[in-house]
Amino acid sequence: MNNTDIVKHGLKKRYAKEKRFQWYGRLAVLTGFVFLTLLLLDIIIKAMPAFQSTQILLDIPLDRETLELSTDATINKDTLSAINYDGLIKKSLSQLYPQVSKRNDRKQLYKLVSSGAEFSLREYIMKNPELISSNSEIPVLSIWLKADDDIDTFYKLQTKISRVSDRQVEFIDSLIQQQRIRTSFNTTFFTASDSREPEQAGIKGALLGSFWTLLVTLLISLPVGIGAAVYLEEFAPQNKITDFIEININNLAAVPSIVFGLLGLSVFINFFGMPRSVPLVGGLVLSLMTLPTIIISSRAAIKSVPPSIKEAALGIGASHMQTVFHHVLPLAMPGILTGTIIGMAQALGETAPLLMIGMVAFIVDVPGGVVDSATVLPVQIYLWSDSPERAFTALTAATILVLLAFLAIMNTLAIFLRKHFERRW
Amino acid sequence: MSTNTTATLSQSFRAKPNSMQEDITNDATSESSEHSQHITIGENILENAKFTTRNVNVYYGEKQAIFDVSLDIDHNEVIALIGPSGCGKSTYLRTLNRMNDTISNCRVTGDFLLDNEDIYSKKMDPVLLRARVGMVFQKPNPFPKSIYDNVAYGPRLHGLARTNSELDEIVITSLEKAGLFKEVKDRLNEPGTGLSGGQQQRLCIARTIAVSPEVILMDEPASALDPIATAIIEELIDELRENFTIAIVTHSMQQAARVSQRTAYFHLGKIIEVGETSQIFTNPRHQLTENYITGKFG
Repeated sequence: MNNTDIVKHGLKKRYAKEKRFQWYGRLAVLTGFVFLTLLLLDIIIKAMPAFQSTQILLDIPLDRETLELSTDATINKDTLSAINYDGLIKKSLSQLYPQVSKRNDRKQLYKLVSSGAEFSLREYIMKNPELISSNSEIPVLSIWLKADDDIDTFYKLQTKISRVSDRQVEFIDSLIQQQRIRTSFNTTFFTASDSREPEQAGIKGALLGSFWTLLVTLLISLPVGIGAAVYLEEFAPQNKITDFIEININNLAAVPSIVFGLLGLSVFINFFGMPRSVPLVGGLVLSLMTLPTIIISSRAAIKSVPPSIKEAALGIGASHMQTVFHHVLPLAMPGILTGTIIGMAQALGETAPLLMIGMVAFIVDVPGGVVDSATVLPVQIYLWSDSPERAFTALTAATILVLLAFLAIMNTLAIFLRKHFERRW
Repeated sequence: MSTNTTATLSQSFRAKPNSMQEDITNDATSESSEHSQHITIGENILENAKFTTRNVNVYYGEKQAIFDVSLDIDHNEVIALIGPSGCGKSTYLRTLNRMNDTISNCRVTGDFLLDNEDIYSKKMDPVLLRARVGMVFQKPNPFPKSIYDNVAYGPRLHGLARTNSELDEIVITSLEKAGLFKEVKDRLNEPGTGLSGGQQQRLCIARTIAVSPEVILMDEPASALDPIATAIIEELIDELRENFTIAIVTHSMQQAARVSQRTAYFHLGKIIEVGETSQIFTNPRHQLTENYITGKFG
């Protein structure tokens, strides 16, 4: 057998090996893709109900007698806010089903409508006070009000759930017949903050909390990160101390995030006495976490600026500082920004350190600044996933979708910046 | 100087017992014993020179790159520094505008006088020095900015122009002097990196002369260019001699012969021979120089 035959003999085996390896690769990619798709599909399917809310059409009588207003009473803020709106809704429900008389049945009837409905009714009437003073014989306001979360879930999913009684199912059936029940886009999800009642809960508070927290993170970690990177890369003397700092920065990037939370709790809150649950402290903690990422990526970007550009500037008589600020930093900027955005995306998705500093509290108000109590999107997900009401499942999934959307936007922005501002030389 | 040099010479040669270098070394020592030994041969010291350097030693950490080099550069001359790779000619060139300052473990000793001013004294600011002694590098390195901004960078940096029209004038004259203006006058706002290699190098020369230096150092300015672009650069160097003093490092002996008036031959960190270019290339006085220019190594 000569050499050609030996090679020929082995060829088949070699190609088979290559083919096998390619298939392993394809299989690995496919597995990852399938799992990702399943996860996303599951979240999307679960989230869909959260974007719809069930409403019930009620006729609210608005004559002065029902409103318990004397005929000569002027209609102003005080008198309007004194009206018993809860009673109005109950009265309207009773009028719909006058045959219901048993106490228990009535209770179940009243439970059809969300406990927050009285506030929306009040808001509506306060905005339109002329409804009451109108001269029509029997002023009646027909208004769509939110259903209770259990009714909402039952109606949207069309499945029997234990918290909806048989009596309530009958009510709903009759409402369907009268076309007094419908679903519409759930604006509350985007305009409200956290609530104990799922149908009244929204992500506005968490969204703004995330915004303020990230703002603080960005304002602190970007300048500090760039400053540290420029100094270490361009000015720091090459000695043991610099090496030590370098090693520590790399290690810091690998520290579990909850440790930063504990650090924030003991330093910022316990030692410096900053308030709990506020975006300021959250942002500080997340800056500590993001800094290593920004420093490492910025240093890599600065290092990748060709030395010929630096030499050119120095050769004309630019000082070291001018060289860095006129040439090195602008050329490194796309890389720095990419690293920063990826760091910020990490910070946006971070939960553990924020639990430590109290951003896990139940907060109904929308934060107006960095020292207002707030929570953030991932913590809101954590909070809702823990709630017993079934409707919170959908809200959790919907919030995950919003969070994923923001992450996708940020990462796309990073890619765009890198592609668009990268200069060739 | 002679006894001192003997010591460093033989020491350094013993320190590098590489196969090829050793051959040359043996050559050198045997040759040098015949000639008036260990002194740089030729006219390395001038009167009223632009640049005077004496007993220059350069170390990178423990390693010594330049041994006791003394060389003067005359007003408005082009001096070519030639020699095999790693012989220290670029390192020497970079000591002349203190570009070696940026290398952290680089140490330079010796006397450097530019118009009788010590350029390594505490009073001399490296920024000011580099405005007086400009540099053109091996690889064309325009800034990733417009052609105009490339040339205007130096004058802006040093505040050489008070008004925009003054700046325009500086940019245009610099481009004209570099022989580039005709080619780029319609696209001054286009990026300098979009030019061809030869044009980029001329842009770098324009950028250097825009700050009106007294001396221009060129570190193999044509080694990355094709023959036509090289010819243009060489012509330009000859024209620039009128206004500037030029020291050029080159690998190409033909180039040295074409552009320079004097040539210095470097070998393993020492200057072996300095002289009129025509003399060096037609009648070298040292065996090493002859070996190099006849292509026995290099």
